[in-house]
Amino acid sequence: MSADWPILSAVIWLPILGGLLVLFSGDKAPAISRWLALTVAVLTFLLSIPLWTGFDAGTAAMQFQENHPWIESFKVNYHLGVDGISMPLILLTTFVTILVVIAGWEVIQYKPNQYMAAFLIMEGVMVGVFAALDAMLFYVFWEAMLIPMFIIIGIWGGPNRVYATIKFFLYTFLGSVLMLVALVYLYYQSGSMAILDFHGVKLGMTEQILIFLAFLAAFAVKVPMWPVHTWLPDAHVEAPTGGSVILAAIMLKIGGYGFLRFSLPITPDASHSLDWLIITMSLVAVVYIGFVALVQQDMKKLIAYSSIAHMGFVTLGFFIVFIIFSRPEVHSGAVLGVQGGMVQMVSHGFISAAMFLCVGVLYDRMHSRQIADYGGVVNTMPWFAAFMVFFAMANAGLPGTSGFVGEFMVILASFRADFWFAFLAATTLIIGAAYTLWMVKRVVFGDIANDKVAALQDINGREALVLGSLVIAVLALGIWPGPLIEVMDASITNLVKHIAVSKL
Amino acid sequence: MDFNISTLLPVMPEIFLLTATCVILVIDLFLSQQSRMFTYGLALGTLLATIAVVAFVGNGESQVLLHGAYIRDPMGDLLKVALLTVAFFSFVYSRRYLEQRDIFKGEFYVLAMLALLGMMVMISAGGFLSLYLGLELLALSLYALVAFDRKSEKGSEAAMKYFVLGAIASGMLLYGISMIYGGTGMLDFAGVAKAVASGQTDKMVLLFGLVFVVIGIAFKFGAVPFHMWAPDVYDGAPVAVVAFLGSVPKIAAFAMAIRILVEGLGGLGLGWQGWEGMLIILAVLSLAVGNIVAIAQTNIKRMLAYSTIAHVGFIFLGILAGEGAGHTAAMFYTITYALTAVGGFGLLTILSRKGVEAENLHDLKGLNEKDPWLAGMMLLFMFSMAGVPPLVGFFAKLFILDALVKAGMTWLAIVAVAFSVIGAFYYLRVVKVIYFDKPISQVPVTSAVDARLAISVNGLAMLYYGLFPASLLSLCSLAIGG
Repeated sequence: MSADWPILSAVIWLPILGGLLVLFSGDKAPAISRWLALTVAVLTFLLSIPLWTGFDAGTAAMQFQENHPWIESFKVNYHLGVDGISMPLILLTTFVTILVVIAGWEVIQYKPNQYMAAFLIMEGVMVGVFAALDAMLFYVFWEAMLIPMFIIIGIWGGPNRVYATIKFFLYTFLGSVLMLVALVYLYYQSGSMAILDFHGVKLGMTEQILIFLAFLAAFAVKVPMWPVHTWLPDAHVEAPTGGSVILAAIMLKIGGYGFLRFSLPITPDASHSLDWLIITMSLVAVVYIGFVALVQQDMKKLIAYSSIAHMGFVTLGFFIVFIIFSRPEVHSGAVLGVQGGMVQMVSHGFISAAMFLCVGVLYDRMHSRQIADYGGVVNTMPWFAAFMVFFAMANAGLPGTSGFVGEFMVILASFRADFWFAFLAATTLIIGAAYTLWMVKRVVFGDIANDKVAALQDINGREALVLGSLVIAVLALGIWPGPLIEVMDASITNLVKHIAVSKL
Repeated sequence: MDFNISTLLPVMPEIFLLTATCVILVIDLFLSQQSRMFTYGLALGTLLATIAVVAFVGNGESQVLLHGAYIRDPMGDLLKVALLTVAFFSFVYSRRYLEQRDIFKGEFYVLAMLALLGMMVMISAGGFLSLYLGLELLALSLYALVAFDRKSEKGSEAAMKYFVLGAIASGMLLYGISMIYGGTGMLDFAGVAKAVASGQTDKMVLLFGLVFVVIGIAFKFGAVPFHMWAPDVYDGAPVAVVAFLGSVPKIAAFAMAIRILVEGLGGLGLGWQGWEGMLIILAVLSLAVGNIVAIAQTNIKRMLAYSTIAHVGFIFLGILAGEGAGHTAAMFYTITYALTAVGGFGLLTILSRKGVEAENLHDLKGLNEKDPWLAGMMLLFMFSMAGVPPLVGFFAKLFILDALVKAGMTWLAIVAVAFSVIGAFYYLRVVKVIYFDKPISQVPVTSAVDARLAISVNGLAMLYYGLFPASLLSLCSLAIGG
């Protein structure tokens, strides 16, 4: 199915061009920049809604396709399209960007036009990553993300921002250039740059392993997986609130998306033979990083580590598929694992965004992220406390919230693979509850810790709007995940079928 | 052979440029300092007119004239247009800088145009002699340009160094040429190629000559280990001159490498036994030394000098990757790099004020606060040099990598990307001081309208060719294939 009008291009280029417009509005009139940015973000979100309503969930084929030659001598095309895996992530991107724009409303006083423009350009580029069906186009969008993020962390970040942003850039850059070599190699094997053609190309085992490792370098850094996760806490702590939200809610998902779009279907045999590696890395992330989160003194760092642990679930869900394959009696679990990973990605997009926004609310008032500086916030900010407790519960995986659905599905699938995987994964329900709730206890509850806390003002309408809309999203996905799973179902079933077939 | 004036038609661009240069030199004699703008305008007009002439005489065929000493082919035409365009930008950037230092003289433009003439002769050289002629014309003009600010001791010192080292390199090149002449009895590239292919010549003598020729080429490019002049010259010369010297001659050097190594001595490639092995070593060393040493620089001119060295490594890799895709990629890389480099140095020229050279990293601090537009342009130049999409520098690198993988040299591709990651660091540092640091002085940035316009076009070209690389790539591909 192809759209009557280039809807994906519109969702990509409207925020980019709108971002440039915001940039040129100058820093003399911040109000204009802000309203312009909000208009662009809302328009983009509205434009992206037809992707959901017009989506045909019955097929695994790419929809809303656009295909134009771009660099003909290299057979590179401007080829866009979405399936059930990428479409929800695009909506997540356009939705979260609105929240980011609103969250930075009065808080960002230094060059608000550049701040807003950077996020809008970022939005377009991230949608481009999810929508690209041409490997080179994908890579261009993938790398282009680095530039605005580099600037965002570097200009509006915390005290140690320069270190954090350069570390962020070089880590991700190193990972991605290896992927570039792999893409060029695949181009010569398949004679085309189309990602779907890569899926069909036959590859030997050694080739597959090398390509798999090159992709792993790119995606593992982005997810991030233990042990290449160390850039994330630094980047998160130093980034402004909006930057943290985009990082956690969307950019990490791009790593997970990469596994589904590239690693699994292009190198299924290498994925199979190296699944122990990914599963180990995921379980270490879930258990060990969970404990690391427990001892953090800094709220943002704690949530950053919690993100790594939650993303461990995603990669676990994707790769236990192969173990389930080897036990034919429980075949249906394979789809469940991947679906669980996907639900977890979307849900984590909402919850981590909400958690970082909560910390942002506190930081804007107190200019401290240290847990020790807080205590008894509930006494002065009851509304805020209600939101924060809710999101903390969701982060800990309380049934009824979206956090529960994804984790439960992955654990269920893990049981079909191996009891011990499931056991280790399930410990997160305890550890996750421990670090999240303990933080909430120390920050929100208790007696008023100091005069500064006593002087806190409760959240205003703008903040309530942002957090409130996330509450709705988290609850909706938690109580009724059906529509999301339905949309993804055909694509994921098709993917699982594809990777079950050896390429050797 | 009877002489017919129309046979000289393909040489028209060179003849036109030479004539115009002489005319400008004479006119300039009679101008007062107040009306020096006239010379500037004439010089710019001449460049544009020369581009028009190149386009006029150009066609898809290649023509050989003057007994094989001169070739006009599509590759030469495209390189000449690129050469003149990049020079045009550097002329515009330099005007205000020269005015502020009281060296706004006609000689600057005359010397630069003579250098351009030399480069055009190099590009169109059909044999060793005409190539050497062009090379010397280029070199002598550049020596004078480096010392153009006579009051500057650093400039004189740099010119002296450049002159001595350049003379040695020219000597080496000439010595190598004489060996090849001795071995083959030929001076034109076609003849040399035929003699090498016939197998009748003494290989030992040819290889011996080849080594010296490659040294000469490596020196002109500034490839490691013949790079030592580059940082000192870039550092000492006035930044307006560096904008010219650091960008335009790379295009001519590329033509020189293709003409000599591929068209003349293509038969001596021979893997590790011939110039291919030499280029591999030069390329890998250049990538390593250029990228790593650049990290340690605090003077941005020196840093960009080392960055140039690293980029030369990439150009060599493209030449290595062979006919067709490899040469096309190398040509694309050279042209876009020259355009990026002239922009980077041009921005430094714009930022320099009377008595203050913008040459250290800290001179760029807080530029985003003072002038967000110029800061944005520098951001484009730096990310393009680092090879981050969607800027043109990424595609330049991609095409080279692609050609390498296609030619079965995947290991070189991996070495190249590894060093680009290291290289990304120092470009990021420039962006960092521009965007993340606070300005150290509150002197506002002022820039002339012409320079501002030129830098905007130049910067947006990075983005344009990054989004639509196909147009320039197919031009390069046609030029190489023709």
